[in-house]
Amino acid sequence: MILLTPVMMVLRVLSQTVLLALVQIFNNKIRTFLTTLGIIVAVASIILVMGALSGMQRGVLDQFEQFGVKRVFMDGRLPRSMRGKMSWSDVQLKIEEVEAVREHVTSLAHFCPMYFGSYSVQYNELILEGIRSAGIEPSWHDIEHRDILNGRRFTKIDLEQRRNVCVINEKAIEELNMPTNAVGEFVLLSGRRFLVVGIVETMENSAMFGGGDAQTEIYIPITTAMNLNPDGWINFAQGELKDADMAMDAVAEITFVLRKMRGLEPDEEDTFDVEVMQEYLEDFKKIGLVMTMITGAVVLVSLVVGGIGIMNIMLVSVSERTREIGLRKAMGAHPMVILLQFLVEAVVLCLAGAVFGIAVGQLGLMGIRQAHEMLEEAAAPLWAIVLSAGLSALAGIGFGMFPAIRASLLNPIDALRHE
Amino acid sequence: MSIEIRDLEKVYRLGTEKGRAIEVRALDGVSLTIQPNEYVAIMGTSGSGKSTLMNILGCLDKPTAGQYVLSGIPVHKMSTSALARVRNEQIGFVFQSFELLARQTALKNVMLPMVYSRRHWLGARKRAKDALALVGLGDRTHHRPNQLSGGQRQRVAVARALVNQPSILLADEPTGNLDSVTTNEIIALFEELHDSGQTIIIVTHEEEVAGHAKRIVRLSDGKVISDFPTDKDPIHQDFLRSKAATAQRMAQAVQA
Repeated sequence: MILLTPVMMVLRVLSQTVLLALVQIFNNKIRTFLTTLGIIVAVASIILVMGALSGMQRGVLDQFEQFGVKRVFMDGRLPRSMRGKMSWSDVQLKIEEVEAVREHVTSLAHFCPMYFGSYSVQYNELILEGIRSAGIEPSWHDIEHRDILNGRRFTKIDLEQRRNVCVINEKAIEELNMPTNAVGEFVLLSGRRFLVVGIVETMENSAMFGGGDAQTEIYIPITTAMNLNPDGWINFAQGELKDADMAMDAVAEITFVLRKMRGLEPDEEDTFDVEVMQEYLEDFKKIGLVMTMITGAVVLVSLVVGGIGIMNIMLVSVSERTREIGLRKAMGAHPMVILLQFLVEAVVLCLAGAVFGIAVGQLGLMGIRQAHEMLEEAAAPLWAIVLSAGLSALAGIGFGMFPAIRASLLNPIDALRHE
Repeated sequence: MSIEIRDLEKVYRLGTEKGRAIEVRALDGVSLTIQPNEYVAIMGTSGSGKSTLMNILGCLDKPTAGQYVLSGIPVHKMSTSALARVRNEQIGFVFQSFELLARQTALKNVMLPMVYSRRHWLGARKRAKDALALVGLGDRTHHRPNQLSGGQRQRVAVARALVNQPSILLADEPTGNLDSVTTNEIIALFEELHDSGQTIIIVTHEEEVAGHAKRIVRLSDGKVISDFPTDKDPIHQDFLRSKAATAQRMAQAVQA
């Protein structure tokens, strides 16, 4: 009980001080607002940027999820250092290379070469020019995970027999004015008859990959496509990882296999590109980090500016209330208790600013959510709210310390005589 | 014994001039003993050292030399922060300009010393109400200072000084800001408190006010120059005679 009494005294002083400070804030609304403007700006920017960033992150992750976090891309690339030695067509992927990767790379579940061509497509009297068609293998279905709405998937037989069959999307049916169930119809692709065997769902391009409307898509067996292709190379290959964690393994494995096949010397650069979704994620995280750092700088500056405002108003308060301090000391208030009183007042002032700043930030987030579809889920995480309040309290302690120490060191005799 | 002071000295250093320190000897060997339940007035002109003595008696200041024992506590040996507790528990201050907190009610003002007390907070409100009732303001507990008259404000200050049951009540010119009617109110209150056993020390330059104390200590140049019971103090007796003579002349003038 004897040990507890000083603790009780401190609690008593604290509760009374907090109450007094709140009354003072309530009575001087404009003064409080102006004083805590820096704090308000700091807190509001933390809430806004962190909220927007986390919303964007969620949006991007959603898109990755939609597109598949296990996706791997591979294509030929002519590095700057090789420009003199070889041409662009030398580095394009070959079917054999894709097959070697499929055979030796263990971290891939599926792997599919792709060749794009642009053809004129005719159905009945209607002719569409410049339609993108892709030569693919049956494994394409396992990578893209698109629903078959009618008909069937490609089969190994389509591939091996180089059959003139195609799978089209709903958009193509619409554009070509075909019956809803177009399976069994024929289309002319560069003058050759192709039997429609399956309909796949139309996918919109995600905002990350160019965005825009869905396009007419016609898929044919890659073996058939290669017959139409005099060059002998393919555009790129895509695959699916066995597990999302295997992204870096896959990059290493594919790189090893391709370098070996292409006979690259150790000092030569890769003549191809292997990309995994994870890399985009890393890139995005880097952007997020840079934005966080910029915000950090803004927050730091406004906290310092705000803190100086707090210090100024607390110095005014100490000098306005010199007699009160003298009286409290005469009544037996320990210097530490006086220090605590003014420190608490500064902290309460800062926290009032923080509450206002959080409100401003949340209002701003409401606006941001309307601004772009990527930001629809923008919301301040709890840690950002706690952090901003914590930083404000810290600013209160830091910048309130000097005025509080000044108050605690006042000589009661002089303070009571102060005019 | 409430207060025992021996050879108290207070020297202020005001800086140096031509290499010599300029010193002001505010108290120069003051010795004084005050028993419990005494009612003492300390008098002196400005510069006599009475304010310095009051500050030391009130534990607001420390002597340069000498001893000061308050209710058995050797306060001259204590640190500045330890003195805060002594002030809280042993001394009740009444100031010339009341020093009430303007935004707080009378009750909250009276409760202030208990905020800093180590005593139990439970019952603090009741003790504050009792103190206000004692000074005759039982019905003004929720008034703010600006809703009270000067005399009432000083009575709130007296209630605040008494609420921690101090061993001495120390009043510095308590009637300096009051008119004659309210001055009499406060003087009457002090007499009541004295009758109920409270030790009171009052610092004043008004003979009229000092006359209600039972003992008058006079200071000049930092020394005690006289220390008599009020009815044996020659200066005060002169004052009473001249006052009576003036009153007589006034009465005659009115009659004529």
